[in-house]
Amino acid sequence: MKARNHMTDDARSKGVLIVVEGIDGSGKSTQLHLLDKWLRSKGLLVFTTEWNSSDVVKEITSKGKKKALLTPTTFSLLHATDFADRYERNIAPLLRAGYVVLADRYVYTAFARDFVRGCSSHWVRKVYGFAAKPDIAFYFQVPIDTAMNRILVGRPKLKYYEAGMDLNLSNDPFDSYRMFQSRIIEQYESMSEHDDFTVIDATQDIEEQQMIVREKVMSVLPASIANQIEKTPPVITTPSSAPLQAGENC
Amino acid sequence: MLAHQTKPRTLNFYGEGIPYLKDVLIKGKLVVIEGPDGSGRSTQIQSITSKLESDGHAVVNTGLKRSELIGKGILEAKQRLPLGKKTLTLFYAADFVEQLEHKIIPALQAGYVVLADRYIYTLIARSIVRGLSSRWSHELYGFAPVADLVFYLDVKPDELFHRVFQKYGVLDYYESGADIGLAPDLYDSFIAYQTRMAKEFSVMARQYDMIRVDGNKPISEVNATLQEKIDGYLNSS
Repeated sequence: MKARNHMTDDARSKGVLIVVEGIDGSGKSTQLHLLDKWLRSKGLLVFTTEWNSSDVVKEITSKGKKKALLTPTTFSLLHATDFADRYERNIAPLLRAGYVVLADRYVYTAFARDFVRGCSSHWVRKVYGFAAKPDIAFYFQVPIDTAMNRILVGRPKLKYYEAGMDLNLSNDPFDSYRMFQSRIIEQYESMSEHDDFTVIDATQDIEEQQMIVREKVMSVLPASIANQIEKTPPVITTPSSAPLQAGENC
Repeated sequence: MLAHQTKPRTLNFYGEGIPYLKDVLIKGKLVVIEGPDGSGRSTQIQSITSKLESDGHAVVNTGLKRSELIGKGILEAKQRLPLGKKTLTLFYAADFVEQLEHKIIPALQAGYVVLADRYIYTLIARSIVRGLSSRWSHELYGFAPVADLVFYLDVKPDELFHRVFQKYGVLDYYESGADIGLAPDLYDSFIAYQTRMAKEFSVMARQYDMIRVDGNKPISEVNATLQEKIDGYLNSS
């Protein structure tokens, strides 16, 4: 494995860390789901973790969201707590044990969102300084309109924080959402080079994207494992089995 | 005696600060009393609060684990399952910043004397004593405003043990460092933990301009020392 972040305590990690990033509606969760299925079908030890999903913090975050009590820095530290809990409980030990860990959003989501909400970007990066650098960070690049169409189909309403209403960009949730997501895109784009993103054109067909994703993943798997895996074309199951409804983990 | 109307000033932060609060103007003062459980903090804060109020200062008290939203959550989470060191450290930071933004900064803007029953220093020391990077622990709290006066009630670990035991009849699990396995025996663990905490405080005392107060002395003597310094500061600034 390549050298990881010097500040982390899992430098001797045997596992592989793959993360997907991109705005809501970029299709990243669908791609991660298909990657997860494929790796499992090849008999690998796989663990998937999602942004803002730790039991410890979830309840507090949702209470705070309901009351709109959360200031940007509180919001930022709650997400960091959530991340640390998943990191200490799952990500770090499983990487040590040789798992392929798949993360649906990683520290880059915090870097982008917290900065857009008004936190210092240097400070946010320091807070997450303990996180291992991923072996691959896929960034699903998509025009704002494409993503919005995917997200808004069949959804009459956007949630307060999801739409970035706390930023006071616009009184209209849809306008606010668009501006918020555009700013997030700007942040992803500016991080892309510095953080070694593997950029995927997310306007392509799902299957085409998945082919590229699998090839890239093959290149970072330990040779002994990669050799066992045949390069088979992705078998796409019915779309309904994939978590297409995004936007719940803001 | 009431201090003269102080000139509004912007917040001064320890590190990167909170960019969206950089133009906030404050008139109040932030006074912190640090020290371990059993050092007499709460007693001193009660008495100082009464004295300041009778002198005409508006006072707000704050402490750790008191935020409306997160404070309760930490207690519940700790009871349900053990938390990792980084998780706990960040949880405390989230609790702290909630109070900072909802209580401390608004009170400072309104011209209150904020009397804090511990501040970021205890949180930083706990994190470092539990083996997390010292640099990371300090930088995490780079969003905290610089306090005007910081006292540290220094009490010998052995004396602390007796005070805590007499007051509560039992030792607190975390305050004895039982979660980090310093010693098989709870007495040894308590002494070792408190010794390490005191060492971190002596390092921080220089870095953060803390005033060390000998907390082994009688309550009234400690109180006289604190009150004199606080009055002197409030009347001179």
